[in-house]
Order: sequence, then C-alpha cells, then structure tokens
Amino acid sequence: MNNSIAIELKGVTKTFGSVIANKNVNLDVRRGEILAILGENGSGKTTLMNMISGIYYPDEGEILINGESVVIRSPRDAFKYKIGMIHQHFKLVDVFTAAENIVLGLDGAFNKKRAAAEVLEISSRYGFEIDPNKKIHEMAVSEKQTVEIIKVLYRGADILILDEPTAVLTPQETQKLFAVLRKMRDDGKSIIIITHKLHEVLSISDRVAILRKGEHIDTVVTKETDENQLTEMMVGKKVELNIERDEPKNPTDRLVVMGLDCMSRDGIKILDDVSFVARSGEILGIAGIAGSGQRELLEAIAGLQHIEHGAISYINPENGEEVDLRDKTPLEIRDLGVRLSFVPEDRLGMGLVGNMDIIDNMMLRSYSAGHSFFLDRLPSTALAEDVIDRLEVVTPDAHTPVRRLSGGNVQKVLVGREIASAPTVLMAAYPVRGLDINSSYTIYNLLNEQKKNGVAVIFVGEDLDVLLELCDRILVIGSGRVTGIVDGRTATKEEIGILMTKTEGAE
Amino acid sequence: MNMVVLFLQRAIVQGTPLLYGSMGETLTEKSGNLNLGIPGIMYTGGISGVIGAFLYERTLGVGEMPNAFLAIFLPLICALIGSALMSLLYCFLTITLRANQNVTGLAITTFGVGVGNFFGGYLAHFSTDGSTGVSITKVSDVFSTPLPFADNLGWFGTLFFSYGFLVYVGIILAVLMALMLRRTRIGLHLRAVGENPATADAAGISVSAYKYGATVIGGMIAGLGGLYYVVDYMGVWSNDGFGDRGWLAIAIVIFTLWKPDLGILGSFLFGGLYIIYLFIPDLSRSSQELFKMLPYLVTIAVLIFTSVRNKRDSQPPASLGLSYFREER
Repeated sequence: MNNSIAIELKGVTKTFGSVIANKNVNLDVRRGEILAILGENGSGKTTLMNMISGIYYPDEGEILINGESVVIRSPRDAFKYKIGMIHQHFKLVDVFTAAENIVLGLDGAFNKKRAAAEVLEISSRYGFEIDPNKKIHEMAVSEKQTVEIIKVLYRGADILILDEPTAVLTPQETQKLFAVLRKMRDDGKSIIIITHKLHEVLSISDRVAILRKGEHIDTVVTKETDENQLTEMMVGKKVELNIERDEPKNPTDRLVVMGLDCMSRDGIKILDDVSFVARSGEILGIAGIAGSGQRELLEAIAGLQHIEHGAISYINPENGEEVDLRDKTPLEIRDLGVRLSFVPEDRLGMGLVGNMDIIDNMMLRSYSAGHSFFLDRLPSTALAEDVIDRLEVVTPDAHTPVRRLSGGNVQKVLVGREIASAPTVLMAAYPVRGLDINSSYTIYNLLNEQKKNGVAVIFVGEDLDVLLELCDRILVIGSGRVTGIVDGRTATKEEIGILMTKTEGAE
Repeated sequence: MNMVVLFLQRAIVQGTPLLYGSMGETLTEKSGNLNLGIPGIMYTGGISGVIGAFLYERTLGVGEMPNAFLAIFLPLICALIGSALMSLLYCFLTITLRANQNVTGLAITTFGVGVGNFFGGYLAHFSTDGSTGVSITKVSDVFSTPLPFADNLGWFGTLFFSYGFLVYVGIILAVLMALMLRRTRIGLHLRAVGENPATADAAGISVSAYKYGATVIGGMIAGLGGLYYVVDYMGVWSNDGFGDRGWLAIAIVIFTLWKPDLGILGSFLFGGLYIIYLFIPDLSRSSQELFKMLPYLVTIAVLIFTSVRNKRDSQPPASLGLSYFREER
C-alpha cells in the first residue's frame, strides 16, 4: 500500500449565478485512504464532489489525477479516470433489475446473464449480499445502496465518492457498510465520504477535510482531532453540542392511541395494532427505518389517514374532556390544538407552497379567520417577520417565494408557523433532515421550549444519537408495529437498532 | 365467412395508420417525451407524401405508367422529411429550450393540421377536374399493390397477402422495435432516459441525444402512418380527411402499455372498432353513431383500468412529460 496522491484539486471555484458554491478549494486524496468531507448545509460539499464526478464543470481551477491535469466534462469522463460517485439520492432506474442498473451506460453487447454473473462475482469479493435479478422498486434502501456501490466497482472505480451514505441506514447497516469501505481502502482504493455525523467521521475516516461556506478550511488527521474542534472549524465558532433535557413537569396523558390499524394506499397493512400514550410536557421520540409507518401514524392522528381499527383519544387540557379524534375532520382536529409539522423527503411536499411567499404560507393556517370578503394580510405579515427574526431565517425578505430558500430555511418557516399557533400536541417528522448543526440545534431548542410550555411533542427522527439526547421516551416502530417503548435516558443505540429491525410486536 | 374475412381485412387496413402512429409515439414516450403533436406530425407526413406523389405524377404523360421505384421512393422520402422536420421542431422546443411538452405538442398538432390544409388547398388548384381533392391515383396504385399470390389463395390470400407493402413493413418494424427495447443496449439506455434521466446522465448516457433520436425517429415512423392513409388507402387528399386517428394512436400507446408488439394487435383491434358499424346490418343512422363511439369507449375503459391496476411494470415511463436539465438545483 503506497500513500501517493490519487486525486488533487487546485483552486477550484464554482458559482451558480451570483451564489458562490465553491471558492478556491485545494484538496487532495491519497490512495488507500478514507477522507471525510465535513461541512454544514450549503458549504459546497456536494457541489465539489459533483465537479469531480463530471455532473458540474468548475469555473476555475484544475483537477489532477495521479499528478496529471485532467478535464472532466461528463460522468463518462469521470469513469475514464476511474472515479465513481454514489449519490445521496440514488441514481437508479426503479423498474430495472439490479444487474440492468449496474451495466447501464456501458458499451458492448448487452447480455443479462453475463452481467448477473459478473455482479455476483464482485459482491462475493467485497462481501455484499445481492440478487442481481431483483427489481429496484422491490428493494429496501440498504439494498439499493449496495447496487449503487457495486455499480461503481463494476466500472472499475479506484476513487469512490459517497454522499451521505449513512443517512438512510440503521446502525447495524452502517457498521456493515463501514466494514465494506475499510475492505476497499485496504484494497488500495481512495474513498471520499460526505457526512454530517461527527461520530461517523471519527470512526471511519483517516483524514477530515472541512468546508465552510464553499471554502476549504483545513484538512486534519482524524486521530489528532475531536468533535469539538471539528465543529468549531465547521461552524466557525464554538457550538454547545449538548441538548438540554429537563425532567418533564407533571406529565399528564394528552393523546392515547389504542390498537391502531391503517392500510397504505396500495392496500398493504402499514400500521398494525399501534398503541401508545403521548404526555404533556414530554418529548416522545419515534425511531424506525424510513417507511415503517411513521408518516401514516402521524397522518392518522392529524385526521389525514383513514383508520381501519383502533381509537385515538385526545384529552383536552382545559377541562379534562376526552375526545375521539376518529370522528373529527382534519380541521376540527387542528382547532383542538393538534398540529402536524410534517417534513417529508421532499421538503415542499406537504405544508408549504413553494411558489408562494413566506407571508402567504403563514396564511395557509389562518385564511379562514376574520369576516371580511378580502384577505387580511397584516397578521400573517407580522407572524412572518417574527418567524424570520426569531429563527434566523436567511431570506431577502418576507416576500420571497419559499421555493427559493435553502432547505434549512424552508424547514424553519414550516416549524415556526406550526409552533406559533400555540399547539397542545406538536408532531414534527424529520424536522432536521438535511439541516446543518446550527439550524438543527435551533430546532431542538424550539421543541424543548414547547415541551416546557406543557405541549406534548412527538418527534420523528432518524439520527439515533439525537433521539437519545432529546427525547424523554422513544417509541420504536418496525414494519408498522410498535416493537418497543424505551426510556430516552437509559436506552442505548444498539438496543434501539435491534428493535428497529425486529418484526414482531412488543410483548 | 366472407363477411368476417372482409371485416378483418378492413380492420387491418384501418389499423395500419394507427399502428405506425402508436409505434412512433411509443418510441418517443420511451425517451420521456410525451409528444401530443403526433396527430399533426402524421398529418404532415401525409401531405408531404402527397406533395411528393403529386409532383411525380405531374411529370408523367397521359396514360404513362409510373416507375415503381420512383413512385414509392419520392412520396416516402417526402413523408419522412416532413414528419422529421415537425418532430425536430418539437425536440428543439421541449429538449433544448425545455418548453412545456403538453403545450408544445398541442401547438404542433394545430400547426401540422394547418400545414396540411394549406398545401392541400394549394395543390387542389392544379386539379384538372375542378374537385377540391388532390388525386394521386397512379402512385396510390403502386403503393397498394398486393403481394403477388394474393388472388389465388382464396380467403387466406385476402386476409394475409392483399395489402400494400407498408402494412408488412409496419408489422416488422413493431416486432423489431419491441426486440430493440427489450434486448439491446440501446433499448436499455433509451428506457433509462425515459425512466430517470438523471440516472442515465450519471451513467454516461447522452440524454439529449437519446431524446432527440427517439422523438425524431418516432415522428418519422408516425409520419408513415399518415402516408399510408392518404397514399395507399385513400389515393386522394382531401383537407381534414384524416379524422382523429392521431389521437387514437396515442390512446393505443396507453392501451398496449408501451409495448410495440402488443401495439400490432391493439392497432388492428382499434381499426376494427373504427369501422365495425359498416359490417353490422340494418343499423339505423343513430345507432351507427353509437357504434362509432366504440374506440373512444374502449380508450376510456382502458384508462380507468390501467389507473386502478397500479402495477409497477405497466406504468408509463416515470419521467414522461418532464424536461431534464443537468445542473438544476
């Protein structure tokens, strides 16, 4: 294993219109090394990698491979230099089989059987498990990722770029992936991994390159650094990395869910006998592999999902009255103070209208207030200004269409609006998905504030470390069943990981 | 017996323009382009063929027999060029300029019909008998020459060998296209472009080239449907004579689940439905109109059926109707 430099970037700059995505970046990756790229949202990590893999073309600067300056104008050029990228959003054709996806774009005769055999050969070499003839849409997320990795290996890539590969994996799957990556490194390949998660950076990488606002701050050797130093370099200032967690103040039952069954739109049972209690002044976390029924659960509570069996009762904090939410329309449920701030994969999918400005989006919750024939924009304008102010939303002004804001700011607008309505139950699904550390902590603080105000908070999250730090109790959901409810203060990550993949319900 | 054979034979003749149209549209849609301009492109293909045929016939003296090669080659090449130009226009607008595909398609249809009627009206000026149509009888006779042994094989010959060459070319093309889509690398790449252009792009496939190629070739194939209808079947051009066959062709694409080989059967079925009212005896005027509704009723039924049955493999190409831009953020 030699430590020569495999790829080097010199003074690379890329702008989109007036936005500078990368500015004068100098970076190198050695052979047989795992380099982590760390940075907040919008720090230009993905843009930088897209330039190496030929999706974007740099405005300035040069890329050197094995010491020679090269021009990478298209993904095809990137293959030529043995560079392969595994994108965060998988680049796979759903209706094709694994083998068809893997050979896609290559020249030569097309022979399904031979392709399948070659795929199996690569999988056994690195210890993957894969069925080459399975269609992508029948696969779980981790299988799809495996297909992506085999795809670049099949092309003979020596430099692998992985963009947030662990975002969709359980802790066990992450460990498996890391084992494969280490094997590839020992095989002499160069691996670049983009991630938000500091503990993963520390466990997998040999060196860490830190980007901030499109600029390369420094590259440090992983062994010689720690979480605090990395965060400081990434954010540019010291950040308190602890989430405060007060003891819940006299928690009372607010929402009682009993034996809930729901069908998905395809007629598959997506929730199976789900029962739990959400209490006031408490954050109830929901952990589970993506698509295990979290979305349907929240939608059922909000009245947006048809319920086959079971009951959801809401206990009114003012008079202790018990109301069955099943008979209520979504509007009536909302008026009771049950708020859903749902952040689906596509951030604008539910809750906000991309082409409307911040003020009008605020109004989506209050358009029916007042008696005038015409709309009264003043209260919404005040609310919009308040949210922008309090949550530090980065926007030219309140009249900017939400679509033009960056992901994190869109989420702040959504969460801000829901919180402003003084809810009694606040449901937040993936509110920090794709957010950088700073914005994430703003959101955690907001949720904590609501908890202090006696709101029953339900928080669906993906990062188990955060769930364990933030939540009082954690409900684990696996294939639509509750596989366990654990105490957030005593549970371990491994414990939750096992519960997530368990298919039988809790005893 | 005779009636049934005749009906089937007519169904195939009526189905052939639909076969070309649906085949062309299938190829186009496989690249993710929803070309609603197909009716206009077929119409343009028809008038271009007529122009070729008409100009060639003008060079012939009275009673002079046409040269078989020129009589076929000139209209054919004209139809291909005409429909290719219309498809190129559609491609330029939707792929290069990324205009909305539905709006562009509808505009192309309106435009294509206008082009056809303009030249049709213009050529009618030259007609010697004062009719409003453009007669191209001599070329038409060459086009509709049946296979040599059609006459002495009885009903078998009528059913299988009595057509002009374009019917056989259409069937062979459809089979080849099905094989190409399913078995070859080009087919794999084309399907990838229509399903997920970003993936295809990242895999090193030129998305624009595939989209342009499939749409222009698809348009040219559809144009042959227009050529067959006016030159082989009608033998005379009359403005607005093509009916709504273009739209039916698009319906057949959905009906046959984007499979060109199924498209052969689908087109002949629709061809049969289109004329079945002529073969049911003693129909009153109003019940004739009811029977003419059949192709459209079947289309509606198919749309309902395919929407309800939510099978993943029989869905349209996932990126159908969307334009692709690599650096979109």
